[in-house]
Amino acid sequence: MVHECHDPIIRLRGISKSFKGVTVLDRLDLDIERCKTLVVIGRSGCGKSVLLKHITGLLQPDEGTIYFEDNDITQLSRRKIFEMRMRFGMLFQGAALFDSMTVGENVGLPLAKHTDLGEEEIRRTVCEKLRLVGLTGIYDTYPAELSGGMKKRVGLARAVVMNPDVVLYDEPTTGLDPIMSDVINELIRTLENQLDITSVVVTHDIGSAYKVGDRIAMLHGGRIIFSGTPEETRNTDDAIVKQFIEGSAEGPIKAV
Amino acid sequence: MGLLAMFGRFFLEFVEEIGGIAILCWRLLQALPRLFRNFRNTLFQMEKIGLGSIPLVVVTSLFVGAVTAIQAAYQFHGYIPLQYVGAVVGKAVTLELGPVLTALVVGGRVSAAIAAELGTMKVTEQIDAMEMIAIDPVEYLVLPRMVAATIMLPVLTIFADLLAIIGGMVVSRISMGVGFAMFGNGLQLLFRYQDVVGGLMKTLVFGFIIALMGCYNGFATRGGAEGVGISTMRAVVSSCLLILVSNYLLATFIFRILFAPE
Repeated sequence: MVHECHDPIIRLRGISKSFKGVTVLDRLDLDIERCKTLVVIGRSGCGKSVLLKHITGLLQPDEGTIYFEDNDITQLSRRKIFEMRMRFGMLFQGAALFDSMTVGENVGLPLAKHTDLGEEEIRRTVCEKLRLVGLTGIYDTYPAELSGGMKKRVGLARAVVMNPDVVLYDEPTTGLDPIMSDVINELIRTLENQLDITSVVVTHDIGSAYKVGDRIAMLHGGRIIFSGTPEETRNTDDAIVKQFIEGSAEGPIKAV
Repeated sequence: MGLLAMFGRFFLEFVEEIGGIAILCWRLLQALPRLFRNFRNTLFQMEKIGLGSIPLVVVTSLFVGAVTAIQAAYQFHGYIPLQYVGAVVGKAVTLELGPVLTALVVGGRVSAAIAAELGTMKVTEQIDAMEMIAIDPVEYLVLPRMVAATIMLPVLTIFADLLAIIGGMVVSRISMGVGFAMFGNGLQLLFRYQDVVGGLMKTLVFGFIIALMGCYNGFATRGGAEGVGISTMRAVVSSCLLILVSNYLLATFIFRILFAPE
């Protein structure tokens, strides 16, 4: 089947999720457009990472359906989920590099496990992806020897090494200095343009959201309460969104 | 009502734990046919669990054998000739002390190491990252550890049995004047090969329990450093308790049914 750009590649319908009686997602609906970058903003702990884990099948919703193209992933077997994940890449908040492996082994692991490529070819592909994220000469380095920004970039190289259709970013700029944050933002844009991928970024860094997003959606109270272009977000009259983007303690969102 | 609620909560948590362990075992069984895909990883774990535990096993078994000989001689005093010390040391070591004490010391070391390693991987999202690159963590992390521990514990126990007997032999010679030949004669007197086989059969189950408790508690880790600490403690406590309880059940089955004396 040929898919048009602008078709939703992922659709979430009526997703609810509670942990120990606390509702995190409450009948949430969301469409993610193909070949675009969607940024989901919201306060820390509002369920953004939980939302990402639902999209990848790492968490199952209590209610609702999630479609990846035409497949309801809440109904897929574990094997089918793994097949689907081959088309996904994910950058975790703390990069989640395997600390018993070198940078090269980390980035090359998906290739070693899922392709017939030889050692030399894997090394070449890994070096190419590391160059794409601006890293050279660290193939044999262990993650413990890298800075936070370098770890994120290695995590990004691992996320795109299989040339995925969708890349998910969990707080890509959290904990980084402003310059490194901008480097990561630039990388997200570059990867989207060069590899033609769909990106979903969850962040509470509004500057990053404006920079990388084609659309921005705000998650609040377990639901998407706003969705629009960066321009529409800037000019919104919605009191909750306005308070969040202005970073004000006064407003409908109770700070404490 | 408070007491009832507490009991209810405890019961629910207990059922949840049993369910979690059962699910892990089921996924392990499903992953078993793919064992050879991670064979290098399994060999690495065998080295880590087996070879790495040898110093601990050497010290434990030498002293266990030595103290068994001392205690036997103390209890024999004035009633039973010392030539039977070898028989008692042999029986005690092969039937109980070798398998159980090896399992307890190796269990403490190995289940703690597994729970801490997998727990740290869990809280730093490395397990999720593995899932995201379509690698089954049960196949890649749990199965090699389970197979390695189940194979290596009997191997370590053979080693421990031998060392404990040597320890007993040396102490009998030094402090009781029982010569090696006399000790050896005593050893042969009541020896049944079923004692050794039965003892080793138990350690297969103990090895499985040690790795299972380490892996289950590691995967169940929540929170940060404190969560890893709690999981590690739970892994050690649960594996030690399960070893002791299953030892009773296994001994009943093996020595009262399977190898029952005629």
